[in-house]
Amino acid sequence: MTTSNSEVTLKHTPGHIKHDGHNLTGFIIFLCSESIIFLAFFAAYIVLKLTSPEWLPEGVNGLSIRMPLINTVVLVSSSFVAYLAERYLHKRNLWGFRTVWLLTMAMGSYFVYGQYVEWSELAFGLNSGVFGGTFYLLTGFHGLHVITGIALMALMLFRSFLPGNYEKGEAGVISVSLFWHFVDVIWIILFVLIYIWQ
Amino acid sequence: MSISNYDARILKAPHPVPGAPDNWKRFFSFNTDAKVIGIQYIVTSLFFLLVGGLLAMVIRGELITPPADLVDPTVYNGLYTMHGTVMLFLFLFPILNGFNNLLIPTMIGAPDMAFPKLNAAAFWLVPVFAIVLMASFFVPGGPASSGWWSYPPMSLQNPLGRFFNGEMLWITAVALSGISSIFGAINFVTTIIRMRAPGMGFFRMPIFIWTAWAAQTIQLLGLPALTGGAIMLLFDLSFGTTFFRPEGGGDPVLFQHFFWFYSHPAVYVLILPIFGIFSELFPVYARKPLFGYKVVALASFGITVLSLIVWVHHMFYSGTPQWMRNVFMLTTMLIAVPTGIKVFAWIATLWRGKIRLTTPMLFCLGGLFNFIFAGITGVMLATVPIDVHVGNTYFVVAHFHYVIFNTIGFGVFAGIYHWFPKFTGRMYYEGLGKIHFVLTFIGATLNFLPLHWAGLLGMPRRVASYDPEFAIWNVIASLGAFILGVASIPFILNMISSWARGPKAPPNPWKAIGLEWLLPSPPPAENFEDDIPTVINGPYGYGLGKPLVDDEEFYIRRANEA
Repeated sequence: MTTSNSEVTLKHTPGHIKHDGHNLTGFIIFLCSESIIFLAFFAAYIVLKLTSPEWLPEGVNGLSIRMPLINTVVLVSSSFVAYLAERYLHKRNLWGFRTVWLLTMAMGSYFVYGQYVEWSELAFGLNSGVFGGTFYLLTGFHGLHVITGIALMALMLFRSFLPGNYEKGEAGVISVSLFWHFVDVIWIILFVLIYIWQ
Repeated sequence: MSISNYDARILKAPHPVPGAPDNWKRFFSFNTDAKVIGIQYIVTSLFFLLVGGLLAMVIRGELITPPADLVDPTVYNGLYTMHGTVMLFLFLFPILNGFNNLLIPTMIGAPDMAFPKLNAAAFWLVPVFAIVLMASFFVPGGPASSGWWSYPPMSLQNPLGRFFNGEMLWITAVALSGISSIFGAINFVTTIIRMRAPGMGFFRMPIFIWTAWAAQTIQLLGLPALTGGAIMLLFDLSFGTTFFRPEGGGDPVLFQHFFWFYSHPAVYVLILPIFGIFSELFPVYARKPLFGYKVVALASFGITVLSLIVWVHHMFYSGTPQWMRNVFMLTTMLIAVPTGIKVFAWIATLWRGKIRLTTPMLFCLGGLFNFIFAGITGVMLATVPIDVHVGNTYFVVAHFHYVIFNTIGFGVFAGIYHWFPKFTGRMYYEGLGKIHFVLTFIGATLNFLPLHWAGLLGMPRRVASYDPEFAIWNVIASLGAFILGVASIPFILNMISSWARGPKAPPNPWKAIGLEWLLPSPPPAENFEDDIPTVINGPYGYGLGKPLVDDEEFYIRRANEA
């Protein structure tokens, strides 16, 4: 078998190239896996709500929907804002991206603040039967994800100031944005389960 | 191939990852080379095989006589709980991740994993949760003692009322193990999807890659359910919630669903790579292509899908309604179809093959033999009336030990012997290997076969004392357990002495076909480095005379000269 050198270099691919796409693939796989924990908690909530003989603890008539509804509107719209930031980055409008990205972070922070206010006004605690347990477990676990999302966004914002950061691609921002949409979708299901289905 | 063309490419000596120490110290560092991590995993988990095995021998020592005389029954509860936990979370999961680390990049021609740092982090979580788990032996009240499935309300007792109790440490260790497994799974799946050598389409991947992928998919989709359940259990135990406490409106059976939703598929996470090892080794040692390659590959994912809808068969006697029992009986029996396809394919591969009875082949044949037996008792147990009759007896214990040790354990040993020359660069001693196989086969059979009879006669599991009518089966089983203990001596001797002073291994001692065998033994840090081969044919071309990769001569020569 005889082959020329040029053909050889074509046939053998260098193994050192680090593909930016790996990170995105890995992150999507992680999100699929993470969603199962939420599905498990949702399943527990539904089963316990349907079967528990004493669902609401004594002295609790239900949950007020006003504050969480405002929170929902803020969080859901922040997903669109995050998408806008992604578009700015795609067009390499860095200051546009930073401004809108910061706005997303502010909306996320408002959500966390609203959650804190709601928690501090509630008449029941973590140990108030399965109702209290599942309520704080679900909203708390989701809240942890919102805080993680804000922290990741802050990291992306910091990185946008590093020179040449986007030469290898934008997988970081796309991943965080995906994470934010994920947190958002989870909240919508959670809102329907906990606040609307009372 | 012309010489000038060959010279045009630079021959590189094997070199470690830049900055990493090039000696034994690299095994004790945060090394990101998948082959170092693989060996770290395997050696760590073999150490815990010894720990789990010692616990097992204490258990069998207790059971050699009917009364509870060797250890206190409370201690006994802790022993079997820790035996199961150590064997699963510290021996089997880590050792299979070790195989994944060694084999996935080399078999698909990738330089390393997609996320080398995440990979190293996943490994270093293993010693961390090992320490947490072992620490539970030294807390007041002793280790967790509600069995490896940790059902409430038993697991929520905490009689001493301390925050750091054995059960709490157990849940923490299992959760950390879960994080490590998810890190690993993300890494393995991303690597398989994105880093295959040019020309290696999905249907040119070796079966081990298929099975590793199918198994890691189960980890990704099933493990989070157990993590969710474990978080709720920890809250019940330590923070006063009542998710699983009936007195507070909770439901203890809910935990069983969470537990088995993952922990039944977990068995497939363990056995699928073993099916992969069988599918790799039978063609090598029978010198024939794997029978029905495509069907065997797809059957792996058939098992993945089915494994996620069978878990309730562990709960036939947990107040499960009859319609649900029937549904899950059916899905459980369906699993026999894809596994049966695989068994058929292996036997057809062996049929009229040129069989070489090397140590890895002996372990494969022994594992296949035992697996057929385990499969038969598995279908028996899937049947509701039989399961309700023998549930929680030694019949179940015998069945799953036939799966976990006599099949998975045998497959693990087969894999270790088969790839030992490749990744250490030394040949093992065949004689010691065969002694290891004979002792293991006799020990395992004597240990686990009689337990079927004890179970059918009604001996319950998880008891320190039992009716004297079961004594004969237990004496034989204990004898087998001690033979298994002795069997580890030739194994340890073989591994240590051959790694230190064994004869140097050629790149392809078994004349096997596969990308990993085109590498020098041991392979350099980045495997094929700048010359990733182009795959032009499917795997297992034994006797077909088709080269696996383009320019195969170049790789063979390079491996021989390295």
